[in-house]
Amino acid sequence: MFFTYLRRELRRRRKAALVVASGLALGIALVIVVSSVSSGMSQAQDKVLQSLYGLGTDMTVTKAAPPPGEEGQGKRRFEFDAKGDDEQSSDRVLVQGFQTLASSTVAQVGDQEGVADAVGGLSLTVLKVNGEFKPGEFTAPPGGGKTGSGGGGGGGRVEGGGAAFDVNTYSVYGTDVTAPALGPLTSSRITSGRTFNSSEADAAVAVVDSAYAKEKGLGTGKTVTISGTKFTIIGVATADSGDAAANLYIPLKKAQTLADAKDKVTTVYVKAADSQQIDSVKAAIQKNIPDTTVTTSADLADTVSGSLSTASDLATTVGKWLSIAVLIAAFLVAGLLTSSAVSRRVREFGTLKALGWKSGRVTRQVVGEALVNGLLGGALGIALGLGGAYLVTAISPTLTAQLGGGAGGGARGGMVAIGGGGGGPVRQGAGKALDIALTAPVSLATLAVAVGLAVAGGLIAGGFGGWRAARLRPADALRRVE
Amino acid sequence: MYQLSGVTKRYQRGKKTVDALAGVDLTIEDGGRLVIQGPTGGGKSTLLQMLGGLDRPTSGTVEFDGVDLASLPEARLTKVRAENIGFVFQSFNLIPTLTAQENVETALVPLGLKGAARRERAAEALDSVGLGERLGHVPGELSGGQQQRVAIARALVKRPKVLLADEPTGNLDESMRDEIMELLEGLWKEHGLTFIMVTHDSSIARRAPRLATIRKGRVTVTENAAA
Repeated sequence: MFFTYLRRELRRRRKAALVVASGLALGIALVIVVSSVSSGMSQAQDKVLQSLYGLGTDMTVTKAAPPPGEEGQGKRRFEFDAKGDDEQSSDRVLVQGFQTLASSTVAQVGDQEGVADAVGGLSLTVLKVNGEFKPGEFTAPPGGGKTGSGGGGGGGRVEGGGAAFDVNTYSVYGTDVTAPALGPLTSSRITSGRTFNSSEADAAVAVVDSAYAKEKGLGTGKTVTISGTKFTIIGVATADSGDAAANLYIPLKKAQTLADAKDKVTTVYVKAADSQQIDSVKAAIQKNIPDTTVTTSADLADTVSGSLSTASDLATTVGKWLSIAVLIAAFLVAGLLTSSAVSRRVREFGTLKALGWKSGRVTRQVVGEALVNGLLGGALGIALGLGGAYLVTAISPTLTAQLGGGAGGGARGGMVAIGGGGGGPVRQGAGKALDIALTAPVSLATLAVAVGLAVAGGLIAGGFGGWRAARLRPADALRRVE
Repeated sequence: MYQLSGVTKRYQRGKKTVDALAGVDLTIEDGGRLVIQGPTGGGKSTLLQMLGGLDRPTSGTVEFDGVDLASLPEARLTKVRAENIGFVFQSFNLIPTLTAQENVETALVPLGLKGAARRERAAEALDSVGLGERLGHVPGELSGGQQQRVAIARALVKRPKVLLADEPTGNLDESMRDEIMELLEGLWKEHGLTFIMVTHDSSIARRAPRLATIRKGRVTVTENAAA
């Protein structure tokens, strides 16, 4: 009888049911779209952050910024022979940020409580200058005057000559080949050839970033010379998003040799044993290992600006509150409409009570109807929400993440190397903007929340109506209409 | 069956206090038939609601089979109504979305009868009021007389001890009125139940063996030996 009565009533009050269901649907759809867009933005931010230091890294440890005036490794000079007109070349291998930590720091960090893994890396910048000098040529004056002949100074002129040099800068990252699971190279995947194996700790082999390889015509099997050392390219790596961490990856030991930085690293990449304990691990490292800067992904996230950041802020503030407001309004409207429907059915419920129906049974009937309305609204809302999320994903609006701007600019030696010139693997250029296509993934948890909201909406609406129905006394109900 | 002693029902209407019933004493025998008559607003329906356990008196006792309905907890009062009392209303009070059979079934729901048994008894009840062919019709597809028959079937399907009818022919034309009255009287005789009816129709009142006239909340009972 419960279901028969319920079905017939919903069919009779189709329009009212549709109004209630539509209100709830709108609220639920908004919740789904907002939370899926938020989730998409969060994923986009994660992508941006992962592209900086690779998968699995929870924090980085770098050398603390030195006091003003103490920084730098001293002046480096390029020396060229100005005689002759042969092409000359000279390159300088510089440690990015000029700040290094002793390799032993890696083990020290690894020993800290809560650290699951720690890997060191050395980020280098290679500045290559090549070109040629052309000496000037003496030109005699017209009329055959000779230089220096007689007085009068009718000498010739030295014309032409000069220098034409190309300056080429690229980045090299020295990676610990024995720990391939952590570090910047994990943010790229090998699309050709292979990655390092653990026996290549001191081998002259390199992995090249695909964009750089394309630009320079490099590929697996070819060679590249860095500061006089010829490296064989064993693989090509493509960054998952944005720019790669470096143009070339070589074994750490080789990088240390090239940069004359024996047993030095610029960055220690740290994976925490428990992602909930990142702050305490950070505090422990800072306390136990002096002169270091620890940067977590949360610190890094603060440096992401641009439209991604703005949209994320909008989704978490305006979107969230709009969803809540619409949901509250929908719940109230559903409650009032259900309550009003009960008012119109006082004779019906009064009669049922006169026939011996308990208040609880009448209330259950009202709540049941409201609950079905809520579930209909939920189904409609989920369909609308999925449609909205699909639309966002299909359109994939491009958001720009400005990395290292503002706050990041001062993060010397930190994980946020961009714009700061720190020790971490530097993306190409300071304050680099990354374009990320926004998606709106709908998780099962979001759908569960939607179903929960639908049930809650139905129960709230049913609560309003049921409360009225329960209070109804049969004599009053019959008296009001007779 | 019923023993009413000093039943008073007082309503507050604005600043005025109205006594719908003013110290009513009344005895109704098991299997008896009583018609309650009186002017509009005289307290007829209020008295019927006291007898049906739909309302409680301000003071006095309404004993039904030795139990005072006035002091009975709500849950037990609901049970008394569900098991012992059948109601017929002037406006039929059928649920518009349910079929005739389902409307009749609503009276069996509180008794805990399962679906098949409920349907069978509802069909029998409708058959007994001449609507065996109309089980699947909703009220909107039935005439006023047919709707009242469905309401009568609903009142009787649970085999109550008492049938309370509040102006059962009030919304019907004359021919339909006689038809319904014949049906009710026939069923009263057939089932041996106590039948109490409110009406302002004198022709119906004259046919009753016992007439309770109610004016300004006070009841006068007259016996009609001719009926």
